[in-house]
Amino acid sequence: MTARLARTLCSLAAVALTVACTNYYEIPIETPIRPKLDVSAFQRVLVAGFIAGGSEDVDGNLETTRLLRSQLRTKSEMRVIDTDVLPLMDVASETRATSENAQPNEAQGTAPGVIKEDSDLEPYEHVFADVEYWKRIGEEYQQPLIVTGTVMFAPQARSGIVQRDQEVYDSFGRRRVVPVRTYMERKGFVLKPRFIFIDGRTGTVLHSENFREEILYNANQTSPALSSYFELMDRLIPSFLSTLSSQKIKGTRVLLQ
Amino acid sequence: MRLLSLLFAFLLTLSVAPLAADARSDAKKQVEFGIAVSQRGLWREAIYRWERAAQIDPTYAAAHNNLAIAYEHEGELDKARAAYEKALELEPNNTFIKQNYELFKEINDRTTRPDTL
Repeated sequence: MTARLARTLCSLAAVALTVACTNYYEIPIETPIRPKLDVSAFQRVLVAGFIAGGSEDVDGNLETTRLLRSQLRTKSEMRVIDTDVLPLMDVASETRATSENAQPNEAQGTAPGVIKEDSDLEPYEHVFADVEYWKRIGEEYQQPLIVTGTVMFAPQARSGIVQRDQEVYDSFGRRRVVPVRTYMERKGFVLKPRFIFIDGRTGTVLHSENFREEILYNANQTSPALSSYFELMDRLIPSFLSTLSSQKIKGTRVLLQ
Repeated sequence: MRLLSLLFAFLLTLSVAPLAADARSDAKKQVEFGIAVSQRGLWREAIYRWERAAQIDPTYAAAHNNLAIAYEHEGELDKARAAYEKALELEPNNTFIKQNYELFKEINDRTTRPDTL
């Protein structure tokens, strides 16, 4: 009995000693993140426009251009050029027509100018590699950094088993939260932008980045397409900005003694 | 002969043990000073102190952990990763170091997205 008590006391002392010996201090830190792209050569940025498709309720070209311009105005050191959005789909169609004598989407059987799926974007994507075109645009706007790309914002529906927390009360009235697996039909939106950064001096692509964000709601819940679009864009804006400007990420770490 | 070598080993242990204890004690002083200055925002000085601590006692996990945090604060992410990995190598079950490293990785991954051109 005495030996067991001594052992218990010893182990308690050991635990207390370990806790006492592990001195730690929480400290706030700010991690500076260097931009992925060196934009020091540019004083101006032109968000030229996007080839967009998917939902008919949201003009992905106009909304994305407006949103990125306003974000860059407040969070970037470059001067944002205010100008009309470039009609990139028309430009792509024209250049393709002159080179191949055929309209985009004709091969797929879709009405020209209608982008419903990712594959519908392909006939237009050659415009981003058109060095002469971008060089001309660059000359027109005093050789800025050009931001362009594609934006697919489309409705989606999904059904399957979903795990969610449910409150239950036992016979004594005590509340518990238990995970419950239920079959649900959900609908929402998926946003797939591809941002392309072009050197306005040479017309060449400097950097390109793909994103994918989605949001799903219960089937009986209605959410306007435009508000879902902004919610999804909100998630990826920090990553977009970190391509062009340095950012500081706040956090807390534990210093040890 | 065997007894003699055992005796020699024992004496060697006795003579080395205080040296190791001294090294840890010196390193600990540097670590403590580093913590004090980092709390006042003097991160470059803290880095100097923790680098000294890690030199004096390379097995001191806390020195490497703190150094990693300071490098992270200064934006030297490659150095921070190496210091965290060293700290974890020394104390793989230390939850504080593991937590710090996980938070660091989350930030570091943002800067190295694989789907870029």
